[in-house]
Amino acid sequence: MTERFEFHKPNRALQLYAGLFMAMLYVPILFIPLFSFSDGLYIRFPIESFTLRWYAELFERTAVLRALENSVRVAVSVAIVSTVLGVFAAKALARYRIPGRGPILGFILLPLVVPPIIFGVALLLLVSALKIPLSLYTIAAGHIIICLPFAIATLLPRFEGYDAAMEEAAADLGENGWWVFWRVTVPIILPGIVASLLLTFTVSFDEFVMAFFLGGTDLTLPLYIWGQLRIPRAFPVVLALGTLILLFSFALVFIGLRIGRRGAIKLVDRG
Amino acid sequence: MEESPSAARMPLRNRLQGVLIRHESLRGFLLLAPALVILGITVAVPFLLMSAMSLWTQIGFDYADDWSLRNYTAILTEPLYTTLLLRSLTMAMVATFVTVVLVYPMAYFLAFHVHSNKLIWLIIITLPFWTSYLLRVFAWRVILGYEGVINSGLMELGLIGEPLQFLLYSRVAVIITLAHAWAAFAFLPIYVSLEKIDKSMLEASADLGEPPVMRFFRVILPLSMPGVIAGTFLMFIPTVGDYVTPTLVGGPDAAMIGNLIQLQFGTINNWPMGAALAITMILSITLVGLFFMALMHGLRRWAR
Repeated sequence: MTERFEFHKPNRALQLYAGLFMAMLYVPILFIPLFSFSDGLYIRFPIESFTLRWYAELFERTAVLRALENSVRVAVSVAIVSTVLGVFAAKALARYRIPGRGPILGFILLPLVVPPIIFGVALLLLVSALKIPLSLYTIAAGHIIICLPFAIATLLPRFEGYDAAMEEAAADLGENGWWVFWRVTVPIILPGIVASLLLTFTVSFDEFVMAFFLGGTDLTLPLYIWGQLRIPRAFPVVLALGTLILLFSFALVFIGLRIGRRGAIKLVDRG
Repeated sequence: MEESPSAARMPLRNRLQGVLIRHESLRGFLLLAPALVILGITVAVPFLLMSAMSLWTQIGFDYADDWSLRNYTAILTEPLYTTLLLRSLTMAMVATFVTVVLVYPMAYFLAFHVHSNKLIWLIIITLPFWTSYLLRVFAWRVILGYEGVINSGLMELGLIGEPLQFLLYSRVAVIITLAHAWAAFAFLPIYVSLEKIDKSMLEASADLGEPPVMRFFRVILPLSMPGVIAGTFLMFIPTVGDYVTPTLVGGPDAAMIGNLIQLQFGTINNWPMGAALAITMILSITLVGLFFMALMHGLRRWAR
């Protein structure tokens, strides 16, 4: 490391650019909370006075509360199912020599790239061909497709990050497979499991496209918001609801990424 | 799977290894099975069904499984379809190009000029992309709207007399929103490829007296190209099929193929046509992708 090497000197232009970049990333989103406190019915400057009444109105709407309950139910089930499936799949991919590992991983990660409308439409065709009524269950099925890649991407580095010898040692000491899994594997990958639960919960909780195609009469929160977006008068309440959702989602994802650490980054590394 | 005594005799070592591998992969597949079965039912089977249905015809509220290419001929000959398809591809391309160019310096900054708390930086940059897509697009409607942040702000400052019409419901609005909403998809692969560059290589080039600009074009940029290509694909593919953004900020002039697909399953109620449009979209994305790869390959050979 030579002292004169330029990367160790601060580069003012780049620092400025990075500042602008971060501002462009976050300022647009911050207008949602800003205007949610505005007393006016229209979203515009100048903001005359601030109020909490949109929030108060929010909690009086039974439709919002019902949508919230639906969203939580879907997201909790999706998080649990995709994380459990993810643990098994990640263990298989990390521990066993599997013929065709590359294509299999590619197939599992496909939903990260393919436009969600494709999966939504295709699943809708199957569901209607089987005469299954659209409901929260069909939404959850769609969400599992999207969440499974995130779960596996979060869990895979955990399995690759520790020595398989620990499991072997436990097995040599006479533990059977399930006990090895519970007493050795699970504690080691626990941070990955927690991270996967938090991330998949948030992805499902906020997901719109799949829910749009696969939802019945029971609305999730994003579906409720979509319906409200046709009514400009409803915007202030949507802003209040959006503020709470964003706050909640940001907190969950931040914790999830902190705990899961290398997951998201490793995934891209693999292409 | 027990070995029979006769089989175990001659190439003993090979056989044992073979059985072990087979056992191991068998155990692996057993663990993978639940995920693969579920993805098979929810992804593979529906996709086959969609391919089949794209060859059917809608008659009233029913389908005729007459196996014709009628839907595809319509898509390729009627201007409505081709226009929307081409527009979606170009708009996604422009949005992707803009995003890759804007994101590169940020990735460069993080890879080379940030020496502590990189993880926190990465988390803060990627954080918004995990959260509600719908709300992030809605934010742009708040900003670009007729009486939105920009128009009312500029009017308040006395810079304009009346709202600028072109902000909302335009292709520019869609491209800005797409760039903002998908930036992380372009950012992460580019960052990873820059981070992987061996710093000693750069020092060597500096020691040999190459000026920083040349070093960027001759070492850093070529070595980060895989990330740029991956980022381009990761952003281009999903944005072609987006319909939330064109619906909320695009208006009729900026409608995309996703809107049309959605309409086939909604008010137009022609599911076979919707299926054919979805498949055409995938095929055209693949075609553009292959063309892009060939172009990159050609460029690399030419550069040598």
